[in-house]
Amino acid sequence: MTDQKLTGNRAGATSLTVTRGNRAVGHVMRHGVRVTIRNAGVVMIGLSALSGCINVAAPEEPIVIELNINIRQEVIYRLAEDAANTIDENADIF
Amino acid sequence: MMKNARATILAAAVSAAAIVSFAVPALAQRDPAYAAARANGTVGERVDGYLGIVGDATPALQSMVNDINIKRRAVYSRKAVEKDATVEQYAMTAGCQAIARTVPGEKYQAPSGEWRTRTEEPPERDSRCP
Repeated sequence: MTDQKLTGNRAGATSLTVTRGNRAVGHVMRHGVRVTIRNAGVVMIGLSALSGCINVAAPEEPIVIELNINIRQEVIYRLAEDAANTIDENADIF
Repeated sequence: MMKNARATILAAAVSAAAIVSFAVPALAQRDPAYAAARANGTVGERVDGYLGIVGDATPALQSMVNDINIKRRAVYSRKAVEKDATVEQYAMTAGCQAIARTVPGEKYQAPSGEWRTRTEEPPERDSRCP
């Protein structure tokens, strides 16, 4: 049982860098010998849901990786006009 | 002699008036040293709304940049309170605008942190900038 668990974990880890098909294998392996057809179905549904999540999250990734994540775009938009006026009024230091 | 003196006084008064009338817009102009540093690219606009030194810092350059940044921070602090924002939020918003207003040849900081020289093209700004 321990050996099977180890094998399952190893397959799961490598599948991350490979394809979605391999990851399914990894899941089945991780559940060990007692994988029923029903369980396999749950795994498939889980995977399709997961792939959906990845597709949605992909365009948002570059926005998340920013220097100052606590400054939100909506705040900047709210302050933009006032900041522009501030620059005009203090042209000697801008 | 007396007439000359009177003429001199009059001329002085006229030029003083001229200075006063120009003094108000002149106050809002950049200091010549600052203007020169911007033009030759030794200073640039940072993404966080402050002025940065692009190459090696000299004591004179450092003191000029510090002086401007202290003044900017004072302005940001006051305005941030008015707008119910943090100083950092206000400063970064001003940074977006200041980078957008750079003219070709001036330096600005790209979101990656690298210095860029402004061209005729729009500057490379943070994705959150308006």
